[in-house]
This record gives sequence, structure tokens and C-alpha cells, in this order.
Amino acid sequence: MTEPSDIRAGRPIPTGSSFELFAWFFMRVSGVLLLLLALGHLAVMHLINSIHTIDYDFVAERWSGDWGMFWRSYDWLLLSLALLHGSNGLRTILDDFIRPGGWRTFWMSVLYSATFIFLAVGSIIVFTFSPL
Amino acid sequence: MEARFKILRTPPDPKEKPTYVDYTVTAEPTDRVLDALLEIKGTIDGTLTLRKSCAHGVCGSDGMRINGANRLACKVLLKNLAQPIVIEPMKGFRVIKDLVVDMDGFFAKYRAVRPYLVNDEPPPPAERTQSEADRARFEDTTKCILCGCCTTACPSFWSDPDFAGPASIVQAHRFIFDSRDRAAEERLDILNGKEGVWRCRTIFNCTDACPRGIEVTRAIGEVKRKQLYRKI
Repeated sequence: MTEPSDIRAGRPIPTGSSFELFAWFFMRVSGVLLLLLALGHLAVMHLINSIHTIDYDFVAERWSGDWGMFWRSYDWLLLSLALLHGSNGLRTILDDFIRPGGWRTFWMSVLYSATFIFLAVGSIIVFTFSPL
Repeated sequence: MEARFKILRTPPDPKEKPTYVDYTVTAEPTDRVLDALLEIKGTIDGTLTLRKSCAHGVCGSDGMRINGANRLACKVLLKNLAQPIVIEPMKGFRVIKDLVVDMDGFFAKYRAVRPYLVNDEPPPPAERTQSEADRARFEDTTKCILCGCCTTACPSFWSDPDFAGPASIVQAHRFIFDSRDRAAEERLDILNGKEGVWRCRTIFNCTDACPRGIEVTRAIGEVKRKQLYRKI
């Protein structure tokens, strides 16, 4: 174990930031939403349709037409909530298991970069996709 | 009965390594761990060092790890333990010697949440009255004796000594939910940071460890909810 960084204060210094509060709340809300979205995804992809009939054309068709924007939003919500929920969970784990210092900074950088890149690439694809 | 002990002895010199030492004493099955430890100290090895005061589960001095779980030595009967009984100091604090740990940081965190009634309003003629329902709101957390069993059972605290820890949150809870107190906002601010309630991962070790049966994790959860409701 390490010594507390400030034994004299020996306490959490109020930062005025409620980031951790909202991160905690986000995990609960996104968890519930993800459950519903994933069940919907499961129903559409595996129960109503079959993975044997799902191909490029299926997705291309679903993402165009009157309901195109609905399904794009649905898929984007699923993507972004899962990514942010997962990366926030990983952030928590890194916080718990790696002490402050170089390695934590390194892995946090990797995590934040990966989250940003996946979110950006995913969002671009979902909203700019046009069928061939 | 014969009671076999395996006690983690830590020399005061930090350069020397802690070692497990075996002791066997004759005791009644209904004797407590503390009785046996005092028997060892009194008749076998006087250098064994531990804290104890009231010896009746009220003062909270003799918290230690007994067979891997934080307990008060004066509240655990030998007949309820598997042998050899492994005794270790509470985990996460610096060990001063054997079973005596440095609790300065623990009490600094305790003081930090202002664990006393704060109310600047002029006192009423007789007393600040409170309904039974309002009193019941924080009944559970009034039972804390500051033994440190919860905080040193908490994996979040083991990995992060800056974490406020369950005990100080319990103390804050006791006043945050007291209808006579006026400093709830300040205490909530103190506990709103990363090292406050949000470091809690709801592991429930604290609830299991509390010798007073306080539902510590529930109390922390109530403080979290209070944080949420005042911001949203």
C-alpha cells in the first residue's frame, strides 16, 4: 500500500466537479437503455429475421427508406452507449488497479483514444452511409 | 479445548519482515478470541502487542483480521472459528507493531466530514426536538464505534488510501440525515469527489465486517442517492 497523498487533510478534497456523480448516473441509465436496445436488436436480428438471411443488402435496405433514420439512430445509440458504458467501466478499473503515474496515464490515453476513434468512425459510417 | 493460533507478528522495525508465529493455549470453547490473545500475551509471549480497552464490543479498540475477516476480538467465540485461528492486523493501515495499526489517517478522514451537529440557528428554549420518524432516519449509522473494521475490509481502500472509506461516510450519513443538522451540503461536497462516495464499488465487505451490524453499504448508497438528487 502507499501512504495517503495528504495525511494532514486525510480526506477527499472537494473538487467542485460532479463528473464522478454523472459518470455513476450514466452507468445506471445507459445500462438500462442498453438492455432494452440489445433485446430489440436480438429480436430483430435473430428472432424475426435469421442470421442466414442478414447480409449487406438487408442492412442497406434497413438504413434507407422511411425508417432509415430510425434504424440509423437506433444503431448509433446502441454503438455509442455500449462504447461509452464500456470505456467508463474500463476507466474505473484502471483507476482501481493502476496507481497514479506513467502507466496509468499511458493506459488512460490508449483507452480514451480508442473510444474516440471508434465513436468517430462508427458515427461517420452510421450517418453518412449510402447504399451502393 | 486446545486453541491453535497463527498470528502475524510485525516487528516495529520496517526493515524486518512480518512472520506468522504459532501459539497454542488451553481455553473454553465459549472464550473469546481476545481472552485467548491475552492468555498468550500473559503466559507465553509478553511481546505480543495488541489494542484493547473495554473488551465488550463497545469501544472498538480490538478490530483485527480473524480468519480473513475483520472482527472485534472481544466479540468472536473460539468455538465458532476454524483452527488454526489466523490473526492479522487490519489491512490497509500501516502496521506499527503486531496487531497495532496507525489510524491517524482514518481519524483525519473522520474529522474531515465534520462528525458533529452543526446548527447556527438560535437554540430553542428547551432543546432541538425531533420526531421519532426523523430520528429513525439515521438510527443505523449512530451505532458506529469507529473500530475501522469496515474501512480496512474495503478493497477500494486497500488500493487507494486516499479514499474516504466507509467509516467516514457512515459518520457523514449520521449527520446528513439528521433533521436538526444544517451542514449536509458541506458534507455532501466533501464526499462528492472521486475519493468520496464515488470510489465505492458496492462490494459489501464493509457491511459484512461491521461488528455493530450497521448496513454500511446501504448508508453509502443513500449518500450517493442524496448526491444525485441534489444535482439533478
